[in-house]
Amino acid sequence: MKRARIRWHIAVFLAPAVIVYSAVMIFPLFNTLRLALYTRVDRERVFVGLENFQTLFFDPIWAEQFWNALGNNFWFFIIHMLVQNPIGIALAAILSHPRLRFAALYRSAIFIPTILSFVIVGFAWKLILSPIWGIAPSMLDAIGLKSLFAPWLGKEEYALTTLALVSVWQFVGIPMMLIYAALLTIPEEILEAGEVDGITGMSAFWKIKLPLILPSIGIISILTFVGNFNAFDLIYAAQGALAGPDYSTDILGTFMYRTFFGFQLQLGDPHMGSAIAGAMFAIILLGVCIYLFAIQTRMRRYQL
Amino acid sequence: MQLRTLGLALASTALVTTGVAAQEVTLTIESWRNDDLTLWQDEIIPAFEAQHPDIKVEFTPSAPAEYNAVLNSKLDAGSAGDLITCRPFDASLALYDAGHLTDLSDLDAMSNFSDVAKSAWQTDDGAATFCVPMASVIHGFIYNKDAFAELGLEVPTTEGEFFAVLDAIKDDGSYIPMAMGTNDQWEAATMGYNNIGPNYWKGEEGRQALIAGDQKLTDPQWTAPYATLARWGGYLGDGYEAQTYPDSQNIFTLGRAAIYPAGSWEISGFNAQADFEMGAFKPPVQNAGDTCYISDHTDIGIGMNAATDHPEAAKTFLAWVASPEFAEIFGNALPGFFPLSSTPVELEDPLAKEIVGWRDECESTIRSTYQILSRGTPNLENETWGASVAAIKGAATPDELGQQLQDGLASWYEPQQ
Repeated sequence: MKRARIRWHIAVFLAPAVIVYSAVMIFPLFNTLRLALYTRVDRERVFVGLENFQTLFFDPIWAEQFWNALGNNFWFFIIHMLVQNPIGIALAAILSHPRLRFAALYRSAIFIPTILSFVIVGFAWKLILSPIWGIAPSMLDAIGLKSLFAPWLGKEEYALTTLALVSVWQFVGIPMMLIYAALLTIPEEILEAGEVDGITGMSAFWKIKLPLILPSIGIISILTFVGNFNAFDLIYAAQGALAGPDYSTDILGTFMYRTFFGFQLQLGDPHMGSAIAGAMFAIILLGVCIYLFAIQTRMRRYQL
Repeated sequence: MQLRTLGLALASTALVTTGVAAQEVTLTIESWRNDDLTLWQDEIIPAFEAQHPDIKVEFTPSAPAEYNAVLNSKLDAGSAGDLITCRPFDASLALYDAGHLTDLSDLDAMSNFSDVAKSAWQTDDGAATFCVPMASVIHGFIYNKDAFAELGLEVPTTEGEFFAVLDAIKDDGSYIPMAMGTNDQWEAATMGYNNIGPNYWKGEEGRQALIAGDQKLTDPQWTAPYATLARWGGYLGDGYEAQTYPDSQNIFTLGRAAIYPAGSWEISGFNAQADFEMGAFKPPVQNAGDTCYISDHTDIGIGMNAATDHPEAAKTFLAWVASPEFAEIFGNALPGFFPLSSTPVELEDPLAKEIVGWRDECESTIRSTYQILSRGTPNLENETWGASVAAIKGAATPDELGQQLQDGLASWYEPQQ
């Protein structure tokens, strides 16, 4: 009997990706989680088990900041889900309309902010909304709505929502593109068959297209979730590491950065910082698992 | 490279011809002040080398935000320069405790500095001083002289007069009374709370008492400045909540605001930007004739790497930095960074001269939160930023803010428990 040959080529072809991915992703991830189990006492690294997490969740000073950041993060995510994704879907639906002219132009224009750096977006919007030099107040003034203007980025009650909307402006192109691609894959015959049965216009969208793009919407939701809970750049670029005013725009990313690297007179604490990073990892993992096991498995797929 | 070889060749020829056997050493300075590179290369280093031809000095700054991290890794790796520019308080203290900085207490030239000047680079008990103080920054208010003349206003000396002036500017309406925003937060604490505060807590007396645990942040002298800051809100421009630090600088230098709560480091920038005459007044006292206190904050020092190969040459340089000669070069090249040596320095810039003159009239202190009190979590300095902003916006009462800061400090600082 012939022995099964060891298929070396599989290992050889996998090796580069596995090695690189392990070195730059897997190892740092687990090392960060390990770092969270230590603390520094008199220049010595001491193993303390889960004490850092206990501090993070139950020490009043840390817990207040953590829950504030987590709450803000959820709000940031909700704004994206309620504003970015519906607008993205609507834009894609409009763009895929066969009789729309200049569709390519609109598509590019809406997608361009996505490729801009966070720093540019943060800085540009800070200037646009600036009560002193910004064009937002004078534009509102021109249409007689000056009274509606407020220094949004400087007010506790508006700052986070404003930044979330800036982020929506930047990234609305992504759901638009993904949905647009999904819409293009819907065969004409199905729509024509619907037409024969009297389903046209809006009801064609609601009854035929939407069920067919639901899997894409699911993917977009999970991408938004992961992106939002890892977010940091925009807040840091616009409001700095203290995520002002009065921590009202503090999300997990800025909280982790401030703790890990220190800020002004605050010296960095890599161990507490890692604990926060660990908590972020757990939250994202949980979210992704809920999606994968509770939502995606139940989603109905249609054979096209 | 070729140039250096040429230089070496020339130097060795010189050595041979003159027959001087002195070993030439090169000292390297680590610093975060890359803005000052040309100043060091063109003025400070040539002045030193002229007196000490056997010592060469190189100034090698890194970016301010990266300095602490870069320096720490260089020190751990043993590749750091011979001389190290010192941040005030805990950042440098940590280096000293780790054995990276040499104790300089026995350097003769240290006697040129007052105790307050040295406090930023001493161990908590004051036993060892590990950096030579170089410069401090002073807080106060810079004002637009033209605007004051136009409105017929006098420079205020008491708090009553201060608010009367602000009211007058506000009523006139052609200028924003005061240029400061709360978006970046630190100005509210640094140019607000720690600017006017020393007059309430009596400078060093209150600051030391707070460190010793004899006073609390809930005491009236520590909460009253918040009550005063709360009154500022009405005089800052429209939308000050989203106004950033550069916004405030521009508003003032464009001549749109009359008063700017300042730190002296603004002087050179303002001189270049503003085309009107500027003056300065110190933080107003509560009642005419009260002793005035100013925040004369120690900001830069320089110390010696404990692992240097040339300790003698490095000490020679440090002794020179401590001399009046260095103070004069440095103080004039960087108006607004005031030399700390006790010998008075003749400054040429009128605005800088005016500000440094307050040292003779008032008692000096440093920012209340910098020494020891910002060592733990929550960090008192960072908390003070938020509290000062909340005070200006009227989001919390002074007593609430005092209580909140006191609770945070007491949670980790034993003398306050």
